[in-house]
Amino acid sequence: MVTVRLATPLRKFSDGRPEIKASGKTVREVLENIDRQKPGFLEKVVENGEIRQFINIFHNNEDVRFKKGLDTEVEEDDVISILPAVSGG
Amino acid sequence: MTLTGLRCRNCGKRYPAEALSICEECFGPLEAEYDYEVIKDSISVEKIQKRAPTLWRYRELLPVSASSCIVDLHAGFTPLHRADNLAEELGIRELYIKNDSVNPTFSFKDRVVSVAVSKAIEFGFDTVGCASTGNLASSVAAHAAKARLKCYIFIPANLNLGKVVQTLAYSPRLVSVEGNYDDVNRLCTEIAGYYNWGFVNINLRPYYAEGSKTLGYEVVEQLGWEAPDRAVVPVASGSLLTKVYKGLKELEMLGMIEQADTRMTAAQSEGCSPVTTAFRTGSAIKPVKPKTIEKSLAIGNPADGSYALKIIRETDGTAGAASDEEIIEGIKLLARTEGIFTETAGGVVIATLKKLVEEGEIDRDERVVAYITGNGLKTQDVLHSYLQEPPVIKADLEEFRKLIEQKKEVVVW
Repeated sequence: MVTVRLATPLRKFSDGRPEIKASGKTVREVLENIDRQKPGFLEKVVENGEIRQFINIFHNNEDVRFKKGLDTEVEEDDVISILPAVSGG
Repeated sequence: MTLTGLRCRNCGKRYPAEALSICEECFGPLEAEYDYEVIKDSISVEKIQKRAPTLWRYRELLPVSASSCIVDLHAGFTPLHRADNLAEELGIRELYIKNDSVNPTFSFKDRVVSVAVSKAIEFGFDTVGCASTGNLASSVAAHAAKARLKCYIFIPANLNLGKVVQTLAYSPRLVSVEGNYDDVNRLCTEIAGYYNWGFVNINLRPYYAEGSKTLGYEVVEQLGWEAPDRAVVPVASGSLLTKVYKGLKELEMLGMIEQADTRMTAAQSEGCSPVTTAFRTGSAIKPVKPKTIEKSLAIGNPADGSYALKIIRETDGTAGAASDEEIIEGIKLLARTEGIFTETAGGVVIATLKKLVEEGEIDRDERVVAYITGNGLKTQDVLHSYLQEPPVIKADLEEFRKLIEQKKEVVVW
């Protein structure tokens, strides 16, 4: 299972918990599997097959845009973080 | 009470004025909203001019309601320096340097931090924090010290020594993080989701960012209540450029200036120029991995980049970028022509201004304001290796005479 850390606005899909476990071979599959448990989750994060403009997704602390985006492969015990893009500076 | 709440810049959804920075619906950034009718009735040029020379002279336009919560180290109202020597060198008619390197902790960050830490107190936080490229670190630490708040500061591990030393002097809990600023920022965004602290540039960001508007107000006031033709602004996250412009437009809306047709111009380093690259290629912002001697602007994934880009395009502005060597020359040029010693970010501004004038992007007849946002004492480690060591002589008149004889052919010592 992969650990998925959720930004505060997404915690309504995790009963308020800051992180949840999910399975999948890619970032996309993990998100789709969460959506099956918690319908509506995926559309909050992905729009027209792409990560939404104001969201950053990190795989093991690396922005997936510097990897293969939603097709980035994940393994057991990896960590995915879904965070707001507008932050810092 | 002029602040009415927060509003999503993307979808328009409104929120109460709480410690929120992100829209729950679309993750868009939240922006402070005001009742400008109330402001119009309560503010005037005469009233402002009678107040103390700090950023709080524009308090009706800032998002802090309780004056008892204000933490004021006397930031703001820094000199607007008419730079005739530099103007002559660059071939511009009228150039001003907004010298924000003389703030209490020696950078423009004191403006945003004074607002954010005041707001943190208003919200009842006992701990404040930030992710910093350096200047924000010392400013948050200083304001937290004055306000007797606990303070966690996160910086990239390779930060300039001067900035680390200055920050440590204020005794915050300083954490050095392996990686670049974008790594630090990502970590802090996660930490902010776990701890109930007031992170000035994360959950307090809508309030924090408003402090930069005062760099627009002050320049207008110092120019005799007129907006400049062009503002050259260093760009990291893009927040400063967007807020300087917002400040100018607010004064126009309130009737305090006739019009604000300022062309907003971005200055970045070539090693980290996502906004300039997007402007020049006509594309959207693409995140980059910074590789530059200029660390305070080294944000590869700029939070307000798309908004800054939109303003640059709408105002018929432009954007440029300077190489490491040009940044150093920019620092030296400002110091030797105007007697102002700036950090690497200021070198970026001067070098970019020079290039844009040479390229014909900036008209020589414009009234230009260049924003210098940080002090040269902060990045001495970078500059040192580019400077010539001074000659060493014995305390003897003959030795000096010999030195002068040797050097008389040399134009620059």
